Amino acid sequence: MFETLALNAPSWSDLRHFVPETVLVVTFLLALMADLFARGRRPAGPFALALGGCLVALAAAVSSLPAGPRSILGDLVVVDGLAGFFRVLFPLIGAITILFSWASGEIMGPRREHKGEFYALVALMAFGMCVMASAADLIMLYLSVELVSLTSYVMAGYMRTSLRSTEASLKYVIFGSVSSGVMLYGLSLLFGLTGETTFVEIRAALLAGRADNFALLVAMVFVLAGLGYKIAAVPFHFWCPDVYEGAPTPVTALFSVGPKAAGFALMIRFFYTTLLSPGGGQAAAGAAAPDGVIVGPADWPLLIAILSVVTMTYGNLVALRQTNVKRLLAYSSIAHVGYLLMGFLMLTAAGLEAILFYLLVYAIMNLGAFLFVIALNNRLGGEEISDYAGLSTRAPWVALMMMVFLLSLTGLPPTAGFIGKMYLFAEVINRHWFWLAVVGALNSVVSLFYYMKIAKAMYFTPGERAPLRLEPLHTAVLILLAAPTLALGVYWTPFKNFVDRAVAGFAGLGG
Amino acid sequence: MTIGLTHYLVLATAVFLTGLSGVLVRRNSLIVLMSIELMLCAGNIVFAAFSRWLGDASGHVFVLMSFAVAAAEAAIGLAILVEIHRLRRSVNLDDLKTLTE
Repeated sequence: MFETLALNAPSWSDLRHFVPETVLVVTFLLALMADLFARGRRPAGPFALALGGCLVALAAAVSSLPAGPRSILGDLVVVDGLAGFFRVLFPLIGAITILFSWASGEIMGPRREHKGEFYALVALMAFGMCVMASAADLIMLYLSVELVSLTSYVMAGYMRTSLRSTEASLKYVIFGSVSSGVMLYGLSLLFGLTGETTFVEIRAALLAGRADNFALLVAMVFVLAGLGYKIAAVPFHFWCPDVYEGAPTPVTALFSVGPKAAGFALMIRFFYTTLLSPGGGQAAAGAAAPDGVIVGPADWPLLIAILSVVTMTYGNLVALRQTNVKRLLAYSSIAHVGYLLMGFLMLTAAGLEAILFYLLVYAIMNLGAFLFVIALNNRLGGEEISDYAGLSTRAPWVALMMMVFLLSLTGLPPTAGFIGKMYLFAEVINRHWFWLAVVGALNSVVSLFYYMKIAKAMYFTPGERAPLRLEPLHTAVLILLAAPTLALGVYWTPFKNFVDRAVAGFAGLGG
Repeated sequence: MTIGLTHYLVLATAVFLTGLSGVLVRRNSLIVLMSIELMLCAGNIVFAAFSRWLGDASGHVFVLMSFAVAAAEAAIGLAILVEIHRLRRSVNLDDLKTLTE
């Protein structure tokens, strides 16, 4: 009944190019088993295994650079510059999350059995995110998105006896599964329209004009809904504030950077590979050429531009009236997705470089801001802005480091956030999207107000005077994150070069 | 009358819309989870139908994978529901108000 399948058969030797991912899976399994034998208040075994695994994966990812482009595992996965960049980023995020969860009262608090599972789940999620960044086939797209989602559901509800945590988890499951249902429907239509499952072959089919325009629009919008939910772009963001507020803070920190970056990686690979014609891609890679030719019926850049404007404006305006810092940072993370989408719709190599650089910077500064929340939650037992009153006298250095993260999130010099925004806006202006740049700049001004609300509480609102001592581990990791936030604001060339090489090696652009 | 591709697609659309409206209208989270399963099922029907129509087995493979994912999703969803019920004695979505502005 069926033709013979002409698949590039997977082979064991493919695993040579899949080392970081393999390490993360093995780490997950080992940490899970080690948890069964963990004794005492803190599960040192799973912690050490997961942390070590993430670091080994990181080392393997760095040593595999420059990656591919190489299609492996039966063309399901492609290892190229883009994947190479993200598989450095994700184990790094995983390792930082593991480090600061170790001293967090929410994760390691009393009355929690199998605490080690948490570390195993972080490794599993890092694996899922790496695969999202290198998926080259609809099947792998769906499976990797689901792997990250399923892990997220469990992690959001990790504090099983907390009303807030379980509620966050249920809301996440419902919103997440609905979007994944919509996305699956879109994927099925796309398969039907093109008869292919590999991104590259889908593009070929679309270029050959095999697909009906209206049906293609529906399919693509459905897929966009699924991926938009992953990056929490408006109007697919409803879960985001509730989940961020309810989940344990280390988990929120991970959610706010990891799955978002992975969602962007997948969006870039999927939409740039399927909707950008190869000639258009090459034209886009050259500096002076106009936008790449888009396959399909809609004005995609305009559609994404509207999505971007709505996302950043909504995120910033709602963040203005938040008093809970976790919720405030949730809305601010929605706004940052809006900025990143500006780079996405440029369809140029420079736009992608700006996105990747911003994701790198955003991961560092946002993890830093959340770590501040975790560290203080351990001591103060809350995360309202008013809890931070008088912090500049109680813990001057910690307040100063938070100040650096806040300035960086706003995008003020001399911080990394400024450089990230500079590259994004420069490309937007280069491509003559002036109105978009103006809206983005106005939004950055709005964001200054709510970030400075936190600063005002720390520096100008009188509060308790007793000195506050944080967990030494938390202080250490805070310094580890604050230093690059400042350093990258002054000297960023090596990191920009790293990002540029990643985009140059992206198989979707100009390849 | 022979049953052709169109019939399957119409069926899938109907199942999808039934699931979607169930998610939007019903307040009992168990029913909502069941409606979500319907939405996933609609995608599977489209995949299977096109797979047969195109003579390409990769759609069937996709359906198998998506079964596994749906099962895992249901398992996690129900586990969370059990926890919620243990804490609140209710699985009504309107009762989930701890996290609102």
